[in-house]
Formats: sequence, C-alpha cells, structure tokens
Amino acid sequence: MSDIAQRAGEIAREAAALAERAHALSIKAAAAAQPVAEVAEPFLFLLTIFLLACFVGYYVVWNVTPALHSPLMGVTNAISSVIVVGGLLAVGLAEDTIARVFGFLAVLLASVNIFGGFLVTHRMLSMFRKKGS
Amino acid sequence: MGAAVTTLAYLVASVCFILALRGLSHPETSRAGVVYGMVGMGLAVLATLARPGMGGYAWILLAVVIGGTIGTIIARRIQMTALPQLVAAFHSLVGMAAVFVAAAALYSPQSFGIGTVGAIKTASLIEMSLGLVIGAITFSGSVIAFAKLQGVMSGAPITFPQQHMLNLVLAIVILLLTIIFVATESHALFWLLAILAFAIGFLIIIPIGGADMPVVISMLNSYSGWAAAGIGFTVGNLMLIIAGALVGAAGAILSYIMCKGMNRSIINVLLGGFGGETAGAAAAAGGERSVRAGAAEDAAFIMKNASKVIVVPGYGMAVAQAQHTLREMADLLKKEGVEVKYAIHPVAGRMPGHMNVLLAEANVPYDEVFELEEINNDFATADVAYVIGANDVTNPAAKTDPASPIYGMPILEVDKAKTVLFVKRSMGSGYAGVDNELFFRPNTMMLFGDAKKMTEEIVQALGH
Repeated sequence: MSDIAQRAGEIAREAAALAERAHALSIKAAAAAQPVAEVAEPFLFLLTIFLLACFVGYYVVWNVTPALHSPLMGVTNAISSVIVVGGLLAVGLAEDTIARVFGFLAVLLASVNIFGGFLVTHRMLSMFRKKGS
Repeated sequence: MGAAVTTLAYLVASVCFILALRGLSHPETSRAGVVYGMVGMGLAVLATLARPGMGGYAWILLAVVIGGTIGTIIARRIQMTALPQLVAAFHSLVGMAAVFVAAAALYSPQSFGIGTVGAIKTASLIEMSLGLVIGAITFSGSVIAFAKLQGVMSGAPITFPQQHMLNLVLAIVILLLTIIFVATESHALFWLLAILAFAIGFLIIIPIGGADMPVVISMLNSYSGWAAAGIGFTVGNLMLIIAGALVGAAGAILSYIMCKGMNRSIINVLLGGFGGETAGAAAAAGGERSVRAGAAEDAAFIMKNASKVIVVPGYGMAVAQAQHTLREMADLLKKEGVEVKYAIHPVAGRMPGHMNVLLAEANVPYDEVFELEEINNDFATADVAYVIGANDVTNPAAKTDPASPIYGMPILEVDKAKTVLFVKRSMGSGYAGVDNELFFRPNTMMLFGDAKKMTEEIVQALGH
C-alpha cells in the first residue's frame, strides 16, 4: 500500500517537474517567436501595401495617353520627391547633428524637385490645346 | 489621436498621387491631375510638420526656401527642347535625397523608430541598404545621362573590354558588403556601399548611346521610384512606399514602351554600345546611287497642291528649334485648304512624349498629332510626307532587310505617301548607322539644309 503511495508521489513530483519544464520551454519559445513576429509582421504588411500599389500604378499608367508621357515623367519625378518626409523627420526629430545635416540636405534637394517638377509639368500641360481653342 | 491623424493625412496624400497619374489619361483632365499631385504633396509635408515632438522649423524653412527657389527658377526658365536633361537632373536629386535620408536614418535611427545607434533592427538595415544602393545608382546614373543629353559628355557609347564583367563583380561585392553591413551596422561600410553604388550607376550608363536615352531616362525614373519605396520601407512610411511604387511602375512601363518602339530588349539596351561599330559596314554598302535634291520652292509648290500632308518630326527638329516655323508652315498650308497632320514615333526625341510637348509649345493642337498606330494607315492616302529631323524611324529596311540592325522596329510608313520630302543636313546615316534607302527612291525629294532654315524658306515661298 505504502509502496503504491510512494510511487504515486514520485510520479506526481515528476509530472510537476515536467510541467515546470514545459512552462519554461513555452516561455522561451514565446520569447524566441516574438522578435520573428515583430520583424516579419510589419514587413509583410508594408510589402502587401507595396505590391498593391505597384498594381495600381501599373493599371493607372497604362491609361496615360502617349502624348502626355513627358508630363508623366515630370509629375512622377515630383511625386517621388515625397521622400522629403524622411528628411523632415531627420531635421525635426534627430538629436544627432550629423543626422540633422543629412536631413537638411535631403529636404533641400527634394524641394528643388517638388517645386521644379510640379511647375515644369504644369508648364508643359498648359501648352496642350485643342483645335480652335 | 495625433498619430492617427498623421496616418490619415498620409493616406489621403497617397490617393491624391494616384489621382494625379489618373488625370494624365487625357489632356483635358491632366491639369486637374497636377493640382491633385500638389495637394497631396502639401498635405504630406504639413502632416509631417505637425507630428508631435517636431522641431527645427527654421532649418526646414531655410531648406525649402532655397530648394524651392532653385526649382522654381529652373522650371520657369528651362527651354522645352532641354526637357530630357532637366528630367535627368531631377532624377539625380531624388537619388541623392534617398542617400541622405538613408544616412540620417543610420545616424539617428530613433527619429524613425527603428532602433538605436548600434542596435538598429535587422529588417530596417536591409531596407536601408536597399534604399541607399538604389538611390546612389539613380544619382550617378542620372548625372551621366544628364551629361550626355546636355552635351557635356559625348553621346557616343563608351565601351571597354571586360566592362560587363567589371559590373558583375561590382554587383557581387555590393551584395556581400550589404550582408556584412546588415550584420555589423558599420558606418564605414555604409559609405563604402554608397561609393560602390555610385560607381556602378556610372558604369551602367556610360556604354549607352545618346539615342537610347529615352529608355535610360525612363529606367532612371523607375529607379528613383524604387529608391523612394526602399526608404519608405526603412522608415516604415506607407505613403512613401505607395508613391515609390507608383513612380517605379510608371518608369518601368515607359521603359517597356520605349524598348518596344525600337524592337530591342531592355537587356540589349543596357549592354549598350548600340550605334557605334555598325556604321562602317552599312555606309560602305550605300555606294553611289543617285538622289533627287530639291529646293524650298519645289517643296512649297508640291505641298501647296497637295490635299493631305503628314509631318513627321524627329529629334533633329528639336535640335534646330524648328517647331514654331513648322507650325507657321502648317498654318499657311491649311489656308490653302491642305489637311495637315503630325505623326509621332514612340522613340522620336530624347524622352517619351518629347515631340508632343514641343509641338504643343508651338501651339499645334493636340488633336492634330497622332501616334504611330493611329496614323500609319493614313500615309497611303497622303500626298506628301514631310520628314523633318527624323530618319531611322522611317527606314523601310526595318521591315524588309533582316540583316539590318533596326530590323523589326516599328516604323512610320512614309514611303507609302505619294511624295516624301526629307529635310536633312547631309546624306549621313541616322544614329543606328544605317543607310536609309528611302533617300534613293524616285518619289523622294531631299531638302538639304538646317531643319529650321529650310522650313523658313518654305514658309516664305508659300507666302508668295
């Protein structure tokens, strides 16, 4: 009788140890999984947006009339200068002086492009006229 | 609350960018499209400036004022014939801005929420190196394209032995260094990567000849978009990713259209050297054949008595700045009851759509200007094809001679017109180095001279 009780006690102890180890393992696994999820999930989210935007661009641009391909270049040029946002954040938020200098230069270059790109596109388009107008 | 408003503003800006491109589907809606683009950009900048914790407004204002002034002056003063080099210069600025933003993110990652110095997230480092490398290639490639278009540098392809091998080796080195950079976050490696990427951008573009510039410009347009998208990934900004993807797709489509217009693959263009060595053989085959040359008076007489004239402008027209005189000529012909149309080849000029802008500048209504597919059947019923500054895009050899380097290229079938008037400075061949047998046809009349001067003389002759 006492034999059985003793063995039962042993098994219970073993089970408890096993449970403890399983618990520790699960914590470890969760800890290991977290960075993976942190890295992968936002990236996949951004990638989704990126690919969808590529498709939108593809279909929208095929609809652009060939006569306006030069203005298309002008306007896409200006639009890609939205990279100015990166420069603004660097100037506005960085404490590091070097980073702020780089930000300043980025804002300057992108501004040339934004103003120049939109204006020159506008100039081009204002010349396109229909017969009799 | 603040963050949500910013994100929403970015979303609206992204939609504005899509609408800006959408507007370009027709000249009527295009001006509204550009306004959408401007609104989107304004919104993006204001939303960023209003973010919590932002400062440095004085510096930002200074940068925007300096950059904006330069941009405005350039955009107002630039001559429309110089558009291709302007666009190339603008692309280089986007590329360089991408490099600067990547550097700023490296030196101050906390501003972008991607970690701290020495402990930047791995994914962000990968994205950063992508943005950096594409940006640097865009910059140096565009600078070379600008130099070739502006004439600072010879437009002839520059080739040397083992060129492609060198590029391949450089690309592999860049890839390896990127891996080490991502693992170590070494600032020195970052700059080494930048230098190597500058070098490869330079090396990719120098072997490409001046006449292939429409493809190069479109390709660099695409790169500038991908660079912006790369930076967008780095700093986790959706609007940047969307805008970059739109621009990248636009440039890729334009490159494809330009390649198709020359019946060449993008690889073939990139390997470069086109139009260099083929010239000798083709010129020799030309031999001594008779050419009918005419004077401006003859041309004026023929066109006055025609009922339908199709004008085929090319890069030569742009170089000679002949578009205004050309329109005067068309006006006089129209007064005589002649129907005048314009036919544009996809690769005419040095950038996509260049001829359309030049004609629009000269007040030619856009509904008189037609693309290749729209007008090619019209040549058979035309009395005169007036070819001014174009050559290879009219060469029948593209259809008949499988040995010709331009074989398979879609051409404007000017040879179907009753009379072909060819304005040309000399008997020299086009950029492809191919003789145009059209010059020797009995129904062709060569008008030797500068495109603008010749057209002026015709205008005078028509006036009498």
